[in-house]
Amino acid sequence: MNTDFLPKLRAEWLGNIRGDVLSAMVVALALIPEAIAFSIIAGVDPKVGLYASFSIAVITAIFGGRPGMISAATAATAVLMGSLVREYGLDYLLAATVLAGVLQMLAGLLRLGNLMKFVSKSVMTGFVNALAILIFMAQLPELTNVPWVTYVMVAGGLAIIYLFPRLTKVVPSPLVAIVVLTTISLFITADFHTVGDMGKLPDAFPSFMIPNVPFNLETLLIILPYSVGVAAVGLLESLMTASIVDDLTDTPSNRIRECYGQGIANFFTGFIGGMAGCAMIGQSVINVKSGGRGRLSTFLAGIFLLILIVVLGDLVRIIPMAALVAIMIMVSIGTFSWSSIKNLKTHPRSSSIVMLSTVVVVVATHNLAIGVLVGVLLSGIFFAWKISQIFRIRSEISTDGATRTYHVEGQIFFASAEKFTLAFDFKEALDKVVIDVSRAHIWDISSVSALDMVVLKFRREGAEVELIGLNDASETIVDKLAIHDKPGAFERLMGH
Amino acid sequence: MTHLIALIDGSVYSHSVCDHAAWIAQRADASIDLMHVLGRRQGSGENADFSGNLKLGARSALLQELADLDEQKAKLALKHGRLLLAEAKEQLESQGIAEVGTKLRHGDLIEAITEFEKDTNLIIVGKRGEAADFAKMHLGSNLERVVRAATKPIMVTSRAFKPIEKFVIAFDGGPSVMKAIDHIAQSKVFKGLSCLLLAAGDMNRERQQTLDDAVAILQNAGINTESAVEKGDPETVIKTRIEKDGYDLLVMGAYGHSRIRNLIIGSTTTEMVRSCHVPVMLFR
Repeated sequence: MNTDFLPKLRAEWLGNIRGDVLSAMVVALALIPEAIAFSIIAGVDPKVGLYASFSIAVITAIFGGRPGMISAATAATAVLMGSLVREYGLDYLLAATVLAGVLQMLAGLLRLGNLMKFVSKSVMTGFVNALAILIFMAQLPELTNVPWVTYVMVAGGLAIIYLFPRLTKVVPSPLVAIVVLTTISLFITADFHTVGDMGKLPDAFPSFMIPNVPFNLETLLIILPYSVGVAAVGLLESLMTASIVDDLTDTPSNRIRECYGQGIANFFTGFIGGMAGCAMIGQSVINVKSGGRGRLSTFLAGIFLLILIVVLGDLVRIIPMAALVAIMIMVSIGTFSWSSIKNLKTHPRSSSIVMLSTVVVVVATHNLAIGVLVGVLLSGIFFAWKISQIFRIRSEISTDGATRTYHVEGQIFFASAEKFTLAFDFKEALDKVVIDVSRAHIWDISSVSALDMVVLKFRREGAEVELIGLNDASETIVDKLAIHDKPGAFERLMGH
Repeated sequence: MTHLIALIDGSVYSHSVCDHAAWIAQRADASIDLMHVLGRRQGSGENADFSGNLKLGARSALLQELADLDEQKAKLALKHGRLLLAEAKEQLESQGIAEVGTKLRHGDLIEAITEFEKDTNLIIVGKRGEAADFAKMHLGSNLERVVRAATKPIMVTSRAFKPIEKFVIAFDGGPSVMKAIDHIAQSKVFKGLSCLLLAAGDMNRERQQTLDDAVAILQNAGINTESAVEKGDPETVIKTRIEKDGYDLLVMGAYGHSRIRNLIIGSTTTEMVRSCHVPVMLFR
C-alpha cells in the first residue's frame, strides 16, 4: 500500500481548513452570476446551470486532479449548446452532457491530457482572451434595448466592485454590489429584468432522473457533435486553468486525473438535470486570491452555492440582472490577459499571429476548441518554418575543377526540402559530385526523396555522385527515433 | 566507516538527537550528517483578501504577490535552517566529533531520507517535532512516516540524553529482531554494555532455543547478556521492566503488521515508542 496515500489525502482536504472555508463562501457568490448568465445563453432555466455548478464543483473536488481549482457551469461550454437546446430541447442537452462526460473519461483513459504540451503560451493567451470576449459578449443582450436605468445600475455595480475593496477586504465586493443594487431596485419602478424573469430557479435539492430521449442511433448522431465539442472545450479550459493554478500556488496537478474528474462530474451532472461545465479561470483565480488551496474549498463552494439558492431562492429571484452583468463584466476583465496587448509590440510576430488567430476564430465560431486547434496548427507551421531556416550548404571545388564537394548542415525536412534542392548548381559541368550529409539531420521522407532527386539530376548531367554520411544523417528520421532509448543515442543525433 | 544521519528541527528533541549521535559516533568512530528538511511550503490562506473581485491583470498581480510571500517565507526558513544546522554542528564538534556534515534540503522529509539513506547505517530522529502537541502525547507526525519509509535502522530519541549503559531487546523471535541482534553483535557501539533479552508471553521449546541462541550471539560479541521471560502482554511487560530496572534503551523490530491492521487496533511499535520514556531503536 502506498505509504503516503492517507497523509496526502488529509493534506489535500484538511491542509488549509480556515482559508478553504472562507474562500468557498466568496467563490459560491461568484458562481451564481455565471451559472445564471450561461443558463440563459444556453437557453435553459437558471436552475439547470445552478444545479450543474453545485454538482460539478462537488464532484471535481473529490475526483479532480487539481486541488483548489473551481469547476462549474461555464461560458465556454454553454455557448456550444445553445443551438442544441433551441432545436431539440433540454433533455437532449442533458444527454449530451452525459455523453461529454463519457468522452472526457475516455480522454483520461487515452491520456490525452498529456497533449497539452502542444498548446503553446500564445495559444493559451489567445484562449483566455477569447474566453473573456465570449463572457463579455454574453452580457450584451442584457445591455441592448434596455432602459437607461440599467446602464446606471451596471456602472454603479462596477464602481462598487472595484472601489469597495479600498474600504475593506473582509466582505466580497460583488456581494455588496448585489445587495446594494437589489435594495435600490426595490424603490424604483423601471422596466428592468430580475433573475426571476429569466426562468425557473431551483426550489428543491436536485434529484436523479434519466434524460427523456429515445435511446437510438439517431439521438446519438444528434448529440455526438455537441458532446465532442463540449468534451474538448471542457478539457482544454480545465487543463489550462489547472496550469494557471499550478503557477499561482507553485504546486503540481495531475492532468490525467483531471480528465477523469471532469468526465465523472459531467456524467453525473447530466443525470441530476444540470448542463455540462468545466473549470473556470476567473473563479479559480478568485479562490486562490481569497486563500483557497485545498479540495475542501471547491467542495464547500458547491455546497454553499446549493444552500444559497435553495434557502435564499426568493431573494435570488429579485436580484436585478444589472448586478449580475456587472459581476460578469468584472470576471471578463479579470480573465482577459491585458499584458498580451502590450506584448503585441515586443513579441515575435509569429506568436502574435497565433494568439490573434485563436481569438478571431473563437469569436467567429463561438467554439474554443476550433480556435485552439487553429492556434496549435499555426504554431506548428511557424515552428517548422523557423526550423527550416537552420540549414546551409557550403561547397568547394577541387583544384582540377572536376569535382565539387557539397557540405550540407542543419535540418532537412518537408519545409526545407525545396530550398535544399535549389542550393545545388546543376548547370556546372562536373565529373564527380560529393555530397556530405554527415552533419545534416534528415527528418522525413520528403527530405529523402529530395536528396534522391538531387543525386538523380547530377547523374543525368553525367556526373558521378558520392554520398557521405547518409546512414548517420537519416538516423533522425522520426519513425526511427526509437533509438532514443539506447545509450548514446542523443550524442549520435546531435554529434554529426 | 559508519555513517549516521541525524534529523533535526527547531524542537527540544534536536539537542537530544545530537547528543545521541555524538555518543554513537564516539563509540563507533562514525561520521555524522546533520539533516534539516524545509517542508513543502504549504500555500495557506494567510492573505485575507476576500474582496472577490478581479482587476485588470489580476492573474499576474496575484502571481507576483504570492511569489513574494513565498519568497519571504522561504528565505526565513532557509536562514532558520542554516542556524539550526550551524548550532547543532557546533554542539557536535565541541563534543569532539570531527566529521560532521550538514544537509539542508527542500521538499518532503521522506524524499530526502530515501535519497540519502543508502550510504547510511543509522538514522536518528526525535520522538516529536516542532509541530507536535505534547498535551495529547501524540508522536511527531513525521515519525511513523520516516520509520515506515526508511530501510535502515532508526533510533528514536527521547527528550533528554542519558549515556546508555544497559539496554533491553524486545524479543519476539521475528525476523526484524533477529536482524537487530545481528546488527548489534557486529556494531562497535554496544561493546561492553549490558543487555537484557526480554520475551513476553508463553515459551515453547523452539522459542526458548532461539532465545538462547540470541544470547550466545550477543555474549560472543562482548556484550554482557542475560535473558528473561515474563508473562503478560509485551507492551506492559517491557514498559514495566524498563522503568523498574532503569534501562537506557529499547531495541525492537518495527511495524510487523499491515497498515490496515494498525489503523484498526493501533500499532505496537507506535505504542511502545510513545509510552516508554527511553530512546527506542527500530529495525525493520
